[in-house]
Amino acid sequence: MDTVVLLTLTGLGLGALYFLVASGLSLIFGLMDVLNFAHGALLSVGAYATWWAADGHLPGAGPDGAGFLLSVLFGTAVGTAAAVLLELALIRPLYTRPREQVLATVGVGLAVPALLMAVWGADARPFPKPAALSDTVRLLGAAVPADRFVLVAAAAAVLVVLRLFLGRTRHGLVVRAGVEDRAMVTALGIDVRKAFTLVFAIGGAAAALAGALGGLYFGSVSPGQGTSLLIFAFVVVVMGGMGSVTGAAAASVAVGLVQQFANYYTAAGLGDLSVVVLLAVLLLVRPRGLAAAGAAGRPA
Amino acid sequence: MTTGTIMQAPTDNPADDASAAGSAGPSPLRRAARWWPAAVLLLLFTAPFSTLPLPGLLDGPPGSPGSLQLLALCMVFGALATGYDLLLGRTGLLSFGHALWFAAGLYATDIAMLELHLGLLPAALLGTAFAVLLALLLGSVSLRVTGIGFSMVTLAFAQAGSILVQRDPGGLTGGEEGRSVPADRLPGALVGIGNTANLYWIALGYLVLTLVVVHRAVHSPAGRVWEGIRENERRVEVLGLRPHGFKLAAFVLAAALAAVGGVVYLLVSGGATPQAATSDFTLSLLVMVVLGGSGTRWGPLLGGVLYTWADHRLGDLANSDAVRGLPAVLRVPLSQPLFLLGALFVAVVYLLPGGAVRLPARIREARAARSGRSARPERSGRSADRTDQPDQTADRTAGGTTA
Repeated sequence: MDTVVLLTLTGLGLGALYFLVASGLSLIFGLMDVLNFAHGALLSVGAYATWWAADGHLPGAGPDGAGFLLSVLFGTAVGTAAAVLLELALIRPLYTRPREQVLATVGVGLAVPALLMAVWGADARPFPKPAALSDTVRLLGAAVPADRFVLVAAAAAVLVVLRLFLGRTRHGLVVRAGVEDRAMVTALGIDVRKAFTLVFAIGGAAAALAGALGGLYFGSVSPGQGTSLLIFAFVVVVMGGMGSVTGAAAASVAVGLVQQFANYYTAAGLGDLSVVVLLAVLLLVRPRGLAAAGAAGRPA
Repeated sequence: MTTGTIMQAPTDNPADDASAAGSAGPSPLRRAARWWPAAVLLLLFTAPFSTLPLPGLLDGPPGSPGSLQLLALCMVFGALATGYDLLLGRTGLLSFGHALWFAAGLYATDIAMLELHLGLLPAALLGTAFAVLLALLLGSVSLRVTGIGFSMVTLAFAQAGSILVQRDPGGLTGGEEGRSVPADRLPGALVGIGNTANLYWIALGYLVLTLVVVHRAVHSPAGRVWEGIRENERRVEVLGLRPHGFKLAAFVLAAALAAVGGVVYLLVSGGATPQAATSDFTLSLLVMVVLGGSGTRWGPLLGGVLYTWADHRLGDLANSDAVRGLPAVLRVPLSQPLFLLGALFVAVVYLLPGGAVRLPARIREARAARSGRSARPERSGRSADRTDQPDQTADRTAGGTTA
């Protein structure tokens, strides 16, 4: 029983990371048809910015308590700024050439981890863990690391905020309408490009937060961390239906749990394998594919 | 939501452009310049015997073992990129799983030699056959979906392969460390550092084979259909052809070329490592193709050679005295070849659509524009074919006002 509880919560924690990466990815793809290969790089930027701040480089920030919170905020802000910069500098000028947009993000996805590696080295750096989060919590007989709860809570908070934003605000309405039919929104005289920058900012913030929390989860930061999470985020995006935040949440929970349980109860690595095979099978049994699912119009 | 646009965005074909320019007025000089591939090939034939030092370009003279290996790697990757472009530039299929076929040829050949104790030739045949069968199976399945879905399915299959290789099932793949090729199974002429020239010949042979196969395939009737699929798949269907079979043919042919490339790479690098199976490997092929020029005859080759050379030589540049003396702001980025390549790639996508092979045509156009009004009608007629340039500037100004 205690193993099941531990595995469930660890799976949920992993799922929370996937959700944070995938929600932005999903919105960006749904709205702009851009498969953002630089999303992993944004995550790495957030992770390194948080680590840099918590390491004592930012006044007021530190590895503990309020200082750590400030570090996470700083990391998220840097990730958001990087995403906005990416959208304004590279994606927007290529607006009429969707294929080149994808290629540009591939280039950024290669260059940014390499730059991080050049500055801070290829080896993983130990991530500072606040004392309050390094304990375990006893739950139903299992000793669960406290950071799992932080991850799940953060992802849940992001989900609620995103749903409120998409459902209750005017900007959210434009984003939702754009996901459904971009041409129609443009025809109604609304500048969708502002929404593009907005979803990039949201996606970048969520990815950077995932980077900061991923540092807690894995205990270290490394330049390639974001890229390795990105593939599983793709799985989540496809399973949840492109452009749907709620779908991404459900899919990330499923993927995280399947991965943890399969890795534990069968051979190590089989969980990862089963998830990617799941992706292939899912795409094949629904050959009409993702576009059809998005256009059917699940309200975000 | 039109995911299809990503796949069906027509890639403008610089080769057509160049030939159009050539037929407008073929000066004798221009006609002679058409034979440059033969000149390059001749140069490549002389490389193992050359002692001419090329400081900066190569570490030693081209005939030294180190330089020959680098040249061989450049040719292998140039050929791999050319094969990959059969999918990307010729048929319009954005596959993220090309590393799987390369790794299948690489690992299957190595394992056949190590575990089944086969000689090189039977093992290579077995490895290639394995990869081709796998491609036939997975290709027919993944081509059932189109657009970005196809990219994702191929990515998923390749990722599964990559995980499998890393997990080392039954001690076959050697996990993180990979497995080196058994020297006692190889013919004597391929073993030892003194015989690097023979590996060079094999790589050159593979390059020529790939170029010939791709050239013939593209100009075959099937190649015409691939072009049609790239431009508009629906229209091909309306003509009464079934695109699935043609796409599968392109897929399997590209996979077979990649598998042979895996065998050649196994010989040149002396072993199989799990990096060959990663999605990063496919992405680097994508970068090579786009860097050089997708959908052109020489572009992918040029991109592959440039990328491989830069990846190996820029590391040495970072350790040179000239860079060491620079301030940290400049020195640190310069120490990472991948950063420079990534940045260069973004610059090419952004500033030079069509890739590096496009550069001469661009320069010619710019010169024609400067030379006055007499060249005006011909030039405007040609630029009407390529709408990307005016669109881009128009969009940039529009973007500037809304930002």
